[in-house]
Amino acid sequence: MKRHFPPEMESDVQEIFSRYPTREGALLPLLHLAQKTWSYIDRETMDYLAELVGIPPAKVYGVASFYTMYHRKKPGKTHIRVCTNISCMLKGADNLLAALETQLGIRAGETTADGRFSLEEAECLGACDRAPVFMVNDDYEGPVDHLLLAKILSGEPS
Amino acid sequence: MIVEPILTRAVGVEGGHLLSSYLERGGYQGLKKALSMTPDSIIDEVKRSGLRGRGGAGFPCGLKWSFVPKDHPKPKYVVCNADEGEPGTFKDKVILECDPHMLLEGMAIACLSIGAEAGYIYVRGEFVRAIKILEKAVREARRDGYLGRNVMGSGKKIDIFVHSGAGAYICGEETGLLESLAGHRGHPRLKPPFPAVVGAFDSPTILNNVETLACVPHIITRGADWFTSIGPNPKNTGTKLFAVSGHVRKPGVYELPMGYNLKDLIEKVCGGIPDGRSIKAVIPGGSSAPPLKPEEIDVSLDFDTLAAMGTMLGSGAVIVVDDSVCMVKLTQRITRFYAHESCGQCSPCREGTHWLDLIMKRIEEGNGREGDLELILDICQGMMGTTICVLSDACAMPVKAFVEKYRDEFEAHISRGRCPMRGTHG
Repeated sequence: MKRHFPPEMESDVQEIFSRYPTREGALLPLLHLAQKTWSYIDRETMDYLAELVGIPPAKVYGVASFYTMYHRKKPGKTHIRVCTNISCMLKGADNLLAALETQLGIRAGETTADGRFSLEEAECLGACDRAPVFMVNDDYEGPVDHLLLAKILSGEPS
Repeated sequence: MIVEPILTRAVGVEGGHLLSSYLERGGYQGLKKALSMTPDSIIDEVKRSGLRGRGGAGFPCGLKWSFVPKDHPKPKYVVCNADEGEPGTFKDKVILECDPHMLLEGMAIACLSIGAEAGYIYVRGEFVRAIKILEKAVREARRDGYLGRNVMGSGKKIDIFVHSGAGAYICGEETGLLESLAGHRGHPRLKPPFPAVVGAFDSPTILNNVETLACVPHIITRGADWFTSIGPNPKNTGTKLFAVSGHVRKPGVYELPMGYNLKDLIEKVCGGIPDGRSIKAVIPGGSSAPPLKPEEIDVSLDFDTLAAMGTMLGSGAVIVVDDSVCMVKLTQRITRFYAHESCGQCSPCREGTHWLDLIMKRIEEGNGREGDLELILDICQGMMGTTICVLSDACAMPVKAFVEKYRDEFEAHISRGRCPMRGTHG
């Protein structure tokens, strides 16, 4: 079926367009909105947004693939981003990532077969005082220790 | 000398991010005053304050504003760079989350100084919480007439919009950010033309970091002389947020007068190095800043002192590294980052960052070859001053400095075919 934002989101879409002097300015926020709606950005979504904004599909593909936060395949229900940049590395982020990989049985960049978890190795997340830090969907968690890790993997709210 | 907090007054205050709390702290008095001033006198006051950009480059803020043409036919914009992504940096988030109205007020005053009616805050996409807080602050300010069609009854119109980034370090570079704001890939543009003339949506634009804009209401309210009274000299004024991470007992964001001593910051403010370890290196201004050795840290944290030492104040992100850490491993983490974040437009950067990472990786893994260090330094040389933006330099500068300052460690890796510290670090 062809992609389309549901009718009740029409006012959100129009509000986004109203913020920018050009139609194209709305592309990044529309990609965010699309990802929130459909959990990832597939080819159909990009074609739809190209039509909505009034730009060639190739431009939308180019933009969607440039930014790391746009998922072009379906992420797990719980998406974990582990920072391994300097400050987190100094606090053992490598071990944290390895522990997650072992416990989830996947490597960074993969999703568990049951679709519950996906794992991403991230560059500096801007929360270095909480190193080692990771993000569970939209939330920051850190400093991460084994207790916190176990809690998150068991699906308990933290 | 510890001064009263200016930018961190709301930290730890319950509901401190709300408009009511901001008004209790004297909020929007700077905007009220600015509405009675001419655009030129606003710019003059900011110039006289000596305020320099807090995003990394340290460019004089008032001077930047004065470059915006006065009689330009296009609409003008004020853009706030809240794409905080320099590794080690987490200080702007404190302002965004704890005192968002201070930023909005600074942006509104910047709008008045150039006659702009709209501003954009480009926030890094991961800062979901900050984005929600900012959006609420904008709604509050519109509701109570501090923003909108009739700012504080003046008849002036100022709208501010919150724009979420989507994960790309390069968008912290000002022209990369402007491209991204316009809905494009974040490819930096050649300068000139500078953003003051061709900026957001190809219109004249003021573009400043969060912390820089947050200083503005205070400068207007309390005067440039008050601002210059803080700091070591007229070229390094005001307070500065230092984001300290790594091997210190108390990592965090600390507001201190510009020119505070680095050694005191680490030992007195942050409680020193834990686990009986000692310092091996301090990165004073984010991952792009060349490191200082332990004997070099008794210095004033200001733009010019650090520049004279071959490094930089940068974003004020201080990363403390203790003697358990292998410098080769650390440097390779830096090359990996820049190789990942290079936008790929310029060959010296696209190729240079990847070659540096490849060579660093083989040294780290024990497969380094004789002549690798000369090769690294040669590549670094070719990466500096040869590209559209400074990402290339931002990689080459620290890599060159790490190799030069800790050369014996790199040489030991190559000659022994392994990390000489193995067993003492992970």
